[in-house]
Amino acid sequence: MSSRQARGEARAAYLLLSPNLLLLGLFVFVPLVGAAVISLQRTDGFGGGTFAGLANYATLVGDPLFWRSLVNTTAFTVLVTPLSMALGLGASVLLNTVLPARPVFRSVLILPMAISGVATALLGVLVFDENTGLLDLLLRAVGLPAVPWQSGSAAAFASVVLVTLWWRVGFNMLIYLAGLQGIGPDLYEAATLDGANRWQQFRHLTFPLLGASTFFLLIINVIFSFQVFDIVFVLTGGGPRNATSVLVTYAYDTGFEVRDQGYAAAIGMVLLVLTMAFTLLQWRGNRSRDVVE
Amino acid sequence: MSISVEPPGAADAVAETRSDRPGRRPGRHRSRSRRGLLVLRLLAAVVVCVVVVAPLYWMVVVALSSRSELLGGELRLWPRALTTENFDRVLSSFPVLTWLGNSVSIALTTAVITVVVNLLGGYAFAHLRFRGSSALFLTALATLTLPVQVIMVALFRLVTALGLYGSYWAVILPTAASAFGLFLARQSMLSIPRDLVEAARIDGAGHWRVLTRIVLPLSKPLVAVLFFMSLLGSWNDFAWPLIALQDNRLFTLPIGLLYLQGQFGPDYGATMAFALINVTPMVVLFLVFQRYFVQGFARSGIR
Repeated sequence: MSSRQARGEARAAYLLLSPNLLLLGLFVFVPLVGAAVISLQRTDGFGGGTFAGLANYATLVGDPLFWRSLVNTTAFTVLVTPLSMALGLGASVLLNTVLPARPVFRSVLILPMAISGVATALLGVLVFDENTGLLDLLLRAVGLPAVPWQSGSAAAFASVVLVTLWWRVGFNMLIYLAGLQGIGPDLYEAATLDGANRWQQFRHLTFPLLGASTFFLLIINVIFSFQVFDIVFVLTGGGPRNATSVLVTYAYDTGFEVRDQGYAAAIGMVLLVLTMAFTLLQWRGNRSRDVVE
Repeated sequence: MSISVEPPGAADAVAETRSDRPGRRPGRHRSRSRRGLLVLRLLAAVVVCVVVVAPLYWMVVVALSSRSELLGGELRLWPRALTTENFDRVLSSFPVLTWLGNSVSIALTTAVITVVVNLLGGYAFAHLRFRGSSALFLTALATLTLPVQVIMVALFRLVTALGLYGSYWAVILPTAASAFGLFLARQSMLSIPRDLVEAARIDGAGHWRVLTRIVLPLSKPLVAVLFFMSLLGSWNDFAWPLIALQDNRLFTLPIGLLYLQGQFGPDYGATMAFALINVTPMVVLFLVFQRYFVQGFARSGIR
């Protein structure tokens, strides 16, 4: 290719990319720089702010609600990620075997993916209501004590986790199902001939061969868990007594309810650093994986 | 590659495959234990599905039950008398049809822009060679992991400064450029043979001609996937519209749903009736065009 042709091709490429780059640049990268600047200000968002240096970050260090939200975010991520993956894996193995009406089961399981976070959270409100909720009605019907899903800290946190699982397990199943269908049946035939039982087949054949799906889901689940907003915001509002407050809801409340926007931007910067750290970590993990394979 | 956004063998995970049906095995004893196992598995599948469906079913029951029956506090599997009073109450107290219209307009516009913008970008990344191509692509991909709460304060000011605040565009434009769509488009277009594109180029076709005459006709499934994923994402979007749409008349359905819950509180009949209005269109689309949604999700999971 001549250099003139190459230049023409580059020009065409940038022309074709320009709408996308313009939108991404304007609505992601410009605000990203803006957020960094605002995090150094004291401002309520009405009129200009005053430069405050690192004051917002200094406040963060001594803010118990910030630490509470950080701990909650981490706990939520550490709980939801393995649980939704394990349940998704179980469901995918189950629905990959010979089963009547299998496509129906699969469709039902992925159905929550079509439902908005707000509606999902409201279903949670309905099911977990302490007076009229389906779950407590069922518990009482079988003679068990009702659980204080709204007033108890641990119970409220559990309700957020459970609703999120309901919403997300189908997606995990879908990814694992795709992975399972990439494994040829001849491998299992060979394993059966070698006398491997079902558990051994799963442990030494299925699970290792699903490594790529597992790695992918690990990343996606962690990133999604870090961004859990709709469910917390609508289901518990971060309560009771901040027991379910997470970084994203704390940032929103600070920025648009309390209107301490400089502080909200500083919380956002912490989120950014955490997300970037995780992305880098997985990038390195991915590279070493490529070398191993 | 940096961010791995594609699991192996992603497409059509839900579709039936024949490969995993084992042949019939001889031996009566064996077949009996097999049947027992099958019943167990079937039972497990039913239980899982009941857990998934129960809240949705309960939503429908509550939406169709009268207020007095709901206040009774009994567990009923089906309302004694079906009623539309919850829908009537919601429709008469809130501009639900306006909100529905807002949701439809915003979701459709976002989806159309996403499709157009990402088809152009995907073609450039897949079939054109230029300096900085991979760096640019990876930078775009990196935005996928960014929670909107990181930039919301600054984005709100930007949108206001651009004069978009108070219009649909405040929601449409920031969500229309999706790095995920760009990724999907590039991956899909990479499967179109380069020779085909280059042969057309040598015959003197310009990029526009190659794109519209060769690449587009081969990319119909991609267009469907991009369209439906974007439609679903926009329809269900909450965090950013909550900030950008503060005028009651501009609300989308999820924002309206939250607003209504704030007003009606524990009036579950009304809330669930409205939730049903929010949920039903996408559930129907999802079931009818499941193939495309599944492909989109399986390739990414980024909503």
